[in-house]
Amino acid sequence: MMALRDDIVAARAPWSGVVPAGGTLEVIDLEGNQAVDCLFYLADNTTERYSAPETLTWQGSIYLGVGSVLRSDTGRPLLTVIADGVGRHDTLGGACSKESNTVRYGHHTRGQHACVENFLAEGAQWGLGKRDLVSNINWFMNVPVEESGTLGIVDGISAPGLSVTLLAHEDVLTLISNCPQINNPCNGFNPTPVRVVVGSP
Amino acid sequence: MGNHPHAAPIRPADSVGTETPEGARAHARGQAGTVVEHMPTLPASDYASAPPDVDPARLVWAERVAGGGYTHRRVAAGTTIRLHDLEGDACAHLLLFRDGQPWERLNVADTIKLQWQAYLGAGQLFLSDQGRVLASIVSDTSGRHDVLCGASSRQRNEHRYGAGGAATPSPAGRELLLVAAAKHGLGPRDLPPSLSFFKGVRVDAGSGALRWTGSEGTPTVVELRAELPLLVLVANTAHPLDPRSQWACGSLEVLAWSGRPTERGSWPASASPEAERAFLNNYEDLVARSTADGSIGPWDTDTVGHP
Repeated sequence: MMALRDDIVAARAPWSGVVPAGGTLEVIDLEGNQAVDCLFYLADNTTERYSAPETLTWQGSIYLGVGSVLRSDTGRPLLTVIADGVGRHDTLGGACSKESNTVRYGHHTRGQHACVENFLAEGAQWGLGKRDLVSNINWFMNVPVEESGTLGIVDGISAPGLSVTLLAHEDVLTLISNCPQINNPCNGFNPTPVRVVVGSP
Repeated sequence: MGNHPHAAPIRPADSVGTETPEGARAHARGQAGTVVEHMPTLPASDYASAPPDVDPARLVWAERVAGGGYTHRRVAAGTTIRLHDLEGDACAHLLLFRDGQPWERLNVADTIKLQWQAYLGAGQLFLSDQGRVLASIVSDTSGRHDVLCGASSRQRNEHRYGAGGAATPSPAGRELLLVAAAKHGLGPRDLPPSLSFFKGVRVDAGSGALRWTGSEGTPTVVELRAELPLLVLVANTAHPLDPRSQWACGSLEVLAWSGRPTERGSWPASASPEAERAFLNNYEDLVARSTADGSIGPWDTDTVGHP
């Protein structure tokens, strides 16, 4: 396997690229507990995209780990997690936005950078807009759900150098926001760089 | 089966020939006034089965939706939408959009994250991607709902039941929502994950496994209040995790009447600091669109109640 892309994604920055069918995507948490917000689209028809509900329903669980099949909203398998050093990743919390930050933390956070800003700016290069944003995956983010239904973003269980690797079943456009959030523990209150490697089929 | 897609054709009586346009017209007009189990009542104020606490004269929407059916409606801010699981086996999948600007829509991730709660109940809010409240749950006698599993895909229903298209006997929720959305000029890009009422799912706190809790078992009612002008899409079909090998879904009654959005400081805007701020985002937006005397208000009421 040869690396088609091997990029350091700066703290707070977006990244995008196409992972070819049969190729791999590896995301490496370089400094530990860095949430990486991620969306997937069919490269040749971006109206079909990763669906959290479809993925959860077929696997019967809210967490992603080795063996998890990421499905599109039509049920089609897009990618499978083939290696994972962490054990579980979030599918419920979605992306932070300037607007949701006002509700979660107060209107003083309105000016802060957020994942939706990254998704919109980076997605625009591929013809994607607001209509194309749906519930995303948060690699390395820890969101437990208690028996009462109380859920929250809590201290991470990742560590420096841990990574997750996916095998693509289709040509998949990948949109990433290296999360800039500083108001909750998803980045250990200190956003850091991550590494993204795309492997050839 | 009422107006189910597989209702039997209505054949002309022997006395009515349909060889000519006049005969065909007479046959068509002869059907007027037919009442079936599943249909909308127009005007809604003519609905004969309004519950005692609802003044029929105030109804703006009265409809019975068959299992496997769907409906959709634009409603003003302040409208109460009452969903009634008539036999204890309905499953109402909903999508909410801000009417006239559908790029602002239900965001289930923000809905649970911002309220720190994965399960729905009275007082919970449905939040848009703009940090605003689309609708609030003002009452709930079921407690069996879900915002995690969405509506099933065609592929999943084909896998489970052998068919999943919108007009098949086991329609996938997403197929029905796609058709409903299309009638408002919306397409697949516009469909985010949906919510569902009357069939419950819980998460195992340790493993994260999804556990089916199903129906409350008896007829139950959920009432929503539109906090902004809304486009509401409703698909009534089996939940994706419904364990029965045969597709099944009961009847749903939808009633709505006009009213006013939640006032600042009153429940459920007062229920939590997050609710308070989400409603503040609503008020800021609504007031900015209103004229000073309230004569052109966004709430479609006589006077805009500036919060």
